[in-house]
Amino acid sequence: MSGILTYALHYEGEFNKNSLGAVSEAAKLASELGQEAAAVVVGGDDLSDELCSSLGRYGASKVYRAKAPEGLAQPVVDAMAKVIEDNGYTYALFGGGLLGFEIGAGLTARLGAGVTMEVTEVKAQDGKLVAVRPILQDSAVVDVDYVGEPGIIIGRLNAFEIAEQGDGQATVEDVDVQLSEWSTKAKMVERGEQRGADVNIEDANILVAGGRGLGKAENFKLCEDLADALGGAVAATRAVVDAGWYPYAAQIGQTGKTVAPKLYLAAGISGAIQHKVGMQSSENIVAINKDQNAPIFEFSDLGIVGDLHKILPKLTDAVKAKKG
Amino acid sequence: LKICVLVKEVPDAAVEKRMDPSTKRLDRSGEKNLNPFDTHAIEAAMQIKEGGAVDVDEIVAVTMGPESAVRALHKAVSLGADRSVHLTDAALENSDVCATGYALAEVLKTESPDLVLLGQQSDDGECYTVGAVVADHLQMPSLTQVIKIDASDGSLRCERQAEYGYDTVEVELPAVISVGDAINEPRYPSLKAIMGAKKKPLETKSTSDAGIDASKVGSDGSRTQVLAINPPPEKAAGEIIEDEDTEETVQKIVAWLDERKLLA
Repeated sequence: MSGILTYALHYEGEFNKNSLGAVSEAAKLASELGQEAAAVVVGGDDLSDELCSSLGRYGASKVYRAKAPEGLAQPVVDAMAKVIEDNGYTYALFGGGLLGFEIGAGLTARLGAGVTMEVTEVKAQDGKLVAVRPILQDSAVVDVDYVGEPGIIIGRLNAFEIAEQGDGQATVEDVDVQLSEWSTKAKMVERGEQRGADVNIEDANILVAGGRGLGKAENFKLCEDLADALGGAVAATRAVVDAGWYPYAAQIGQTGKTVAPKLYLAAGISGAIQHKVGMQSSENIVAINKDQNAPIFEFSDLGIVGDLHKILPKLTDAVKAKKG
Repeated sequence: LKICVLVKEVPDAAVEKRMDPSTKRLDRSGEKNLNPFDTHAIEAAMQIKEGGAVDVDEIVAVTMGPESAVRALHKAVSLGADRSVHLTDAALENSDVCATGYALAEVLKTESPDLVLLGQQSDDGECYTVGAVVADHLQMPSLTQVIKIDASDGSLRCERQAEYGYDTVEVELPAVISVGDAINEPRYPSLKAIMGAKKKPLETKSTSDAGIDASKVGSDGSRTQVLAINPPPEKAAGEIIEDEDTEETVQKIVAWLDERKLLA
């Protein structure tokens, strides 16, 4: 047998968007190869038959359900390695979240398999899959294929689009997984803790985002003032959220939110790929950074090389004056 | 407690990185430095040692790479590692993630660490994955992108940001932990530490010294192959303003925004 296996992450009764993208992509590629796509789900009693079989809507023909601790990678590695070995899947494909990277890497070691990461596109050619992956800060793109089976493909965040394909139901099969000893040695103490106040940045038409270049937490005031003048909201990078400068709810990027406002004004943000994936679809991107080599200038529509501490207050005043 | 920190030599951030068209691998010539993400891992090891909650006997920096990688080890030692191990062998050249993870795991086995720390990604390959590959080979629990570690006897309490917010995870030792750059601010090495770094013990190992099966590393042991290198998809370059007169700069920005009806 052959086919493409994915992992679908769920939380509080819903599947993760990236996972649904991965299932959709796997289904599309499998049909091009004349194969089938399946998904593995791992968790407790909340994984109802109904929830699992709903992955059929995204093209999975089969869902393997394993009872094991959720939110950690290694139990999923155990489950997927067993499913691959028992059923001969030729590829494993993941969306771009944290767990996808960890599970894909674990499978690489367990199965001696080739892995590609940050994949932005997958092509089916000559009955095989070729992963397309940007490298060197996106200055080049490589086509990679696999030696032997299976091949592990870890997508970049949001690289794979969610595609509903009818109201199909996936068959649900329970898998009895023997966890590796080391997979039981990490235990979730608390999951999904929200830190800081709640702010809604997903619906804003205009976002002013701040990064490390602000220098200190207090300087977020500069972003807040400009956002007020523009009638927008404030967003932040992971670095400053982890540093405690701004609430998690305002975070853009790989482990935060994905936004596409009319205007995204980035202040003191270098534009690392983890941030870029969360905002690159914005209609207009304006970047202010003192480093002329900052990657953000490569994908901004208007770039200002200069000191944000000087520019932001004056820009706020000028916007206010213009709007009257 | 014995801590091994995996470090890597990468092209200096100021050096333009390129692919070698003949080998289809990253051209690793030119100025090099210790991977900046790894300095956070060394600092994390130092803070566990200095924290006093557990006794740290030794911090060992471990790398795999060509002869020049010795400089990354010297830097690691100047930042606090007690000694270092350099896995180097022509057979390792052109190893992919699968082969690299296997080789690193084998050399780590010769040290039997209680904790393996590494930076969450390397500045050149952007892999994110090596920690989890190494962990599975070593049969140890593993977490990546950790931003807080509290060490106690026999276990670590780790925090990290995951898909749905912050997770707190209790991990039994021995374990492999990759840290994010938010975990700490690495210290600067003292002049004395820099001068003394070359005098600290440095052990060089070949693949056979580390018990590595040569057929599982290098090009032959790699499970991926690069078929083609292409330029990135075209994106029209944006307009750039160098801020000289800030009044003028903000007027240009306002005009630009107004043209796109963003000041309505």
